[in-house]
Amino acid sequence: MPLLDIQNLRTYFSTRGGTVKAVDDVSLQIERGDALGLAGESGCGKTTTALTIMNLLPSNAEVLSGKVFLNDVDLLTIDEETLRKEVRMKQLSMVFQGAMNALNPVFRVGDQIRQGILTHEDITKEAAWERVRELFSLVGINPDRAREYPHEFSGGMKQRVIIAMALSCNPDLIIADEPVTALDVIIQAQILELMRDLREKLGLSMIMITHDLSVIADTCNKTAIMYAGKIVERASSITIFKKPKHPYTQGLIANFPSVSGELKGFEPISGSPPNLISPPNGCRFHPRCPYAMGVCSKEEPETVELERGHFVSCHLMK
Amino acid sequence: MSSDEIILKVRNLRKWFPVRTGILEDLFSRDEKKFVKAVDGISFDIKKRQIYGLAGESGCGKTTTGRVILRLLEPTSGEVQLGDQDVFSLTKGELNEFRKSAQIIFQDPYESLNPRMSIFDFVSEPLVVHNIGNEEERVTNALKTVELIPPEEFFYRYPHELSGGQRQRVAIARAMILNPKFIVADEPVSMLDVSIRSSILKLMFKLRDEMGISYLYITHDLATTRQVCDKIAIMYLGKFVEEAETEELLSNPLHPYTQALVSAVPIPDPTARKSKVTISGEIPSPIDLPPGCRFRPRCPHAKEICSKEEPDLVEVVSNHRVACHVRV
Repeated sequence: MPLLDIQNLRTYFSTRGGTVKAVDDVSLQIERGDALGLAGESGCGKTTTALTIMNLLPSNAEVLSGKVFLNDVDLLTIDEETLRKEVRMKQLSMVFQGAMNALNPVFRVGDQIRQGILTHEDITKEAAWERVRELFSLVGINPDRAREYPHEFSGGMKQRVIIAMALSCNPDLIIADEPVTALDVIIQAQILELMRDLREKLGLSMIMITHDLSVIADTCNKTAIMYAGKIVERASSITIFKKPKHPYTQGLIANFPSVSGELKGFEPISGSPPNLISPPNGCRFHPRCPYAMGVCSKEEPETVELERGHFVSCHLMK
Repeated sequence: MSSDEIILKVRNLRKWFPVRTGILEDLFSRDEKKFVKAVDGISFDIKKRQIYGLAGESGCGKTTTGRVILRLLEPTSGEVQLGDQDVFSLTKGELNEFRKSAQIIFQDPYESLNPRMSIFDFVSEPLVVHNIGNEEERVTNALKTVELIPPEEFFYRYPHELSGGQRQRVAIARAMILNPKFIVADEPVSMLDVSIRSSILKLMFKLRDEMGISYLYITHDLATTRQVCDKIAIMYLGKFVEEAETEELLSNPLHPYTQALVSAVPIPDPTARKSKVTISGEIPSPIDLPPGCRFRPRCPHAKEICSKEEPDLVEVVSNHRVACHVRV
């Protein structure tokens, strides 16, 4: 039984311009110990998927259908109070994009983590402080620095604090939204190393949301590629990077630069991602697809399992 | 590929920013005035049709370098020659002429385009400033060159109606409408999605091939430099630590800092080596620089001499310059 099982999730936003189909029929499974990279371009629905799982959507969003099972409980059916007390932080926590800049400047960083622990667990302040110190060592910061304020930390250190915060109540699953995007390459490598370490040490399961395929190749054992609100291909990272089947995945991988290995040429994917208020009929990628056929503009492709665990949604696969 | 004709010559370029302190401190403090040495003595040449990469972490001085070369910031000292013009001795009127031959493309097309100007007005503005007529024909051609087709359809649209890739094309159209010979491209694709990036880079190549434009390509992304640049310089705290042709620099980095940068870049292949951190700490403040080599406090190979003398940039292999006491 998977740790997280998302089935046919649809999340739409109502805006003045119309209904934005941000997440449209997304299914995903995460086994215990998995690190899943969720990749795609901006606006493809990666973050909305995460916010739906966390049940933190803004008020103009609506979940039209779908199920999100975590530890066999459908998160979309339980009430806010249980969700807040029993699920968030304890079973599921999130490292938000840019969260390192959202630390409260007037509280000590340790106190900000302790507050979360005290809200969720029935332990003494002293025990919670001890936990904060342990968390600091775990993410590679001197525990004495828990008494310092955010301005005394560098960007990389703040990101470590945010990760410590996400880990503070021993969750089963962490969702990290672009955790290294704003960081310089050396700091980025330090954080990625930390995340690989934590996965090994704590047996943590993880969803890593990013637009950077190299970050996924570096840390995740599974990869899902999202395009215009849909997951077009998912498989083990090795399969996605070595034998991509969907033309969009192929385009992304072929264009992604690397500092080593064979020098790649340019085969840009033409056009740009569609507007999700009125996405193209049929396969959403067909206007940009070099292999588009007649059927692609008419019917939505079904998701087929090519090999065990390798799912592709494309008419070419038939 | 680039020819042998040198189009841009930079010598001992410095840009120091004074650190602002309070008025009392200005009057009574006996300490020396402090400076942020954003660019601290760099020299390099860019050849015709060359794409010269300037890479480094944030705060290393790469953007300042680009702006000082174009005199968008006034230099502290040094020399820059574009063609046969001495850029830093130009008078105001001459500077106006100079702007026709040297242009810049900024990082974020969501901010660099004026939201209240139509595409036609935005792209034709340089023609108006320089009193060059024939706007409609020139704008049409420029938009065609950057592949915004049909051009007439874009004339009266506004930036918010365009995608990120299209906006960057508009910014490029404006930069090339005066037929410049040199363009500073400051992270031109880092705000764009992966599927859009290649097409913008391809466009830059096209301008190089068709119009003979040379570029200074400023970036923090080493993986892209490999696809784009003929030559790269790595900058650290205002100085070049290493300069070589792209493939040579990435496959055979000699400076410990370059080695650390290259090994920290994750590789888009799950079976390849993992990103690794080989140096400790973070970039120190550019105000109180350590004596000797600026990289010494973080360097795994530091020797005694490194804390005393600043290393010069020395050619160790043909066309490969390194500033390091240990490597030279």
